[in-house]
Amino acid sequence: MAKTQKAALSAQDKAAAKAKTWTKLKRDKWMYLLLLPGTLYFIIFKIIPMWGVLIAFKDYFAGVSFLKAPWIGFDNFIDFFSDVSFWQLLRNTLIISLMNLIFFFPLPIILALLLNEIRVQWYKKALQTLVYVPHFVSMVVVTSITFMLLKTPAMESATGGIITELARKLTGNPDVNILANGPAIYWILLLQSIWKETGWGTIIFLAAIAGVDVEQYEAAIVDGASRFQQLIYITFPAIMGTIVTMFILRMGSVLDTGFEQIILMQNAINREYSETFDTYVYQYGRVEGNYGYSTAVGLFKSIISIICIQTANRAAKKAGQTGLF
Amino acid sequence: MLSIKRRTVGDLIWDVVIYIILTFLALIMVIPFIYVIVASFARESLIQITSMDLFWKIFQPMAGHPNGFTLAAYKEVFDMSGMGMQVLRSLGISICVTVVGTIINLFCSTTMAYGLSRSDLIGKKALMNIVLFTMVFSGGMIPTFIVVKSLGMYDTYAALILPGAISAYNMIIIRNFFMDLPAGLEEAASIDGCTDIGIFVKIALPLSLPMLATFGLFYAVGHWNNYFGALLYLDDSAKYPFQLVLRNIVNQSAADIDNLDDLPPSDTLKMAVIVIGTVPILIVYPFLQKHFAAGVMTGAIKG
Repeated sequence: MAKTQKAALSAQDKAAAKAKTWTKLKRDKWMYLLLLPGTLYFIIFKIIPMWGVLIAFKDYFAGVSFLKAPWIGFDNFIDFFSDVSFWQLLRNTLIISLMNLIFFFPLPIILALLLNEIRVQWYKKALQTLVYVPHFVSMVVVTSITFMLLKTPAMESATGGIITELARKLTGNPDVNILANGPAIYWILLLQSIWKETGWGTIIFLAAIAGVDVEQYEAAIVDGASRFQQLIYITFPAIMGTIVTMFILRMGSVLDTGFEQIILMQNAINREYSETFDTYVYQYGRVEGNYGYSTAVGLFKSIISIICIQTANRAAKKAGQTGLF
Repeated sequence: MLSIKRRTVGDLIWDVVIYIILTFLALIMVIPFIYVIVASFARESLIQITSMDLFWKIFQPMAGHPNGFTLAAYKEVFDMSGMGMQVLRSLGISICVTVVGTIINLFCSTTMAYGLSRSDLIGKKALMNIVLFTMVFSGGMIPTFIVVKSLGMYDTYAALILPGAISAYNMIIIRNFFMDLPAGLEEAASIDGCTDIGIFVKIALPLSLPMLATFGLFYAVGHWNNYFGALLYLDDSAKYPFQLVLRNIVNQSAADIDNLDDLPPSDTLKMAVIVIGTVPILIVYPFLQKHFAAGVMTGAIKG
């Protein structure tokens, strides 16, 4: 008897909750209308392609019906891992990415710390304006300027780009040709990234620095700390959390090597050193139409990225920092 | 009383060193631009022979010429009998794609951000999680390409605009901004009989104009600079936006020319095309620069 009463009650509760949910949904109908375009976008261009990774397990080419393409299990992955170019891709991707991490990652932090030392506000503003500009320049322009600076003379009487000319004068070797040197592409890519993004990268760290409590500096000055000591013992520890966050995010894109930049710099001579996962996927999938195989390569990359970001996050938490998630 | 201005010799040296380093770095950032701009106005003979000391030579009188300054490269770029048509058409395409694309970006991003800013909305959390998940994992280049193609957007301008209609990162920052708006304003408006859309259009959007300008700039620069999208989704070279045409002109060398009478584009001409591709951004940039910091602040993702 009591049981049925309880059941009746909870049924009533449920009905009430349902009615409440319904009124809430009705009340917020305009909000759902606002959410509609964005939701459609995420479903069509983000969620459906996620299901599209199933292509990786099919023998699927351009021009063939998706449904007719046979399932082949992990064959595409096995093909890829046993391909000689797999190790080349992995090497290139890791070299480009690690060089970026070692040489580029610390620069915005250092630049932000230095900018913070400038006390003349208008000069600081002017410097910021200048260092942000390259971020807004297209990769096509950056690579075009690179080519102009590095090109070799078209004929005997002419001169090459400024940097090539300078290298020739400094080394005394009249045949210096940086663009024809395969491994040099690693340094070219690194320098381009540094030039383009260092300034822009400071914004997030400058924001973190702006949040440091001024009283700490005042106390340090009373204690006789020099400006350099204030930087090392107050400012730097204060932005450590931001640095860790940026580092974790960076780890998530450790296999993202800037597709546009590389495809624009790639030529027959440096391909052996500049072919990365992204350009390989583009070549096999878009150019040659081997959808199944190239999707498998892309999926491999995505999974490694997730593992990397998870590992970095866990490591950060273990080291006593707050992770991202 | 403590004087903050009290300085030691060490602090003074520290200051001097920092000012020198930073000034030097800022110069490195702009010198490539100055070089390209100067070279685009220089006589071809000048740039060919003396690119090393171009800076000094360009304004000096040369034999037979008043000086090395000339507009010849720009005249050639817009020469209608030559490449002028192609350049102008691609500039027109880029401008249209940038304007339409940015409007769509802002529309989709702000409407979704506002929808997600209401904390007690049913289904909000699930939707937010989906968005966050797309930031970590993506289907990749080819599955997205196949979706775009099967929607019939291949080789259309829609393919340059719709697949990137929302940047999840930007959308979340806009949402955080909407969440920080004073709740009282919205309540007052809803008592006055305003619908949620009315509140969004009449209150939330006008209060966030500086932020909209910043994200509008980010999106617009993305469209103007986009090379990858056009490379991936466009087939017909008559539809190429400016960045692709710029790339093709700069990459042309003597080896690519079939007709022996045609000369490859000169260096000054290449420089002029680069300048044309960069100038629009440099013009709008200073007006929006002050808002950047607010726009880029990530902040924590609010529940």
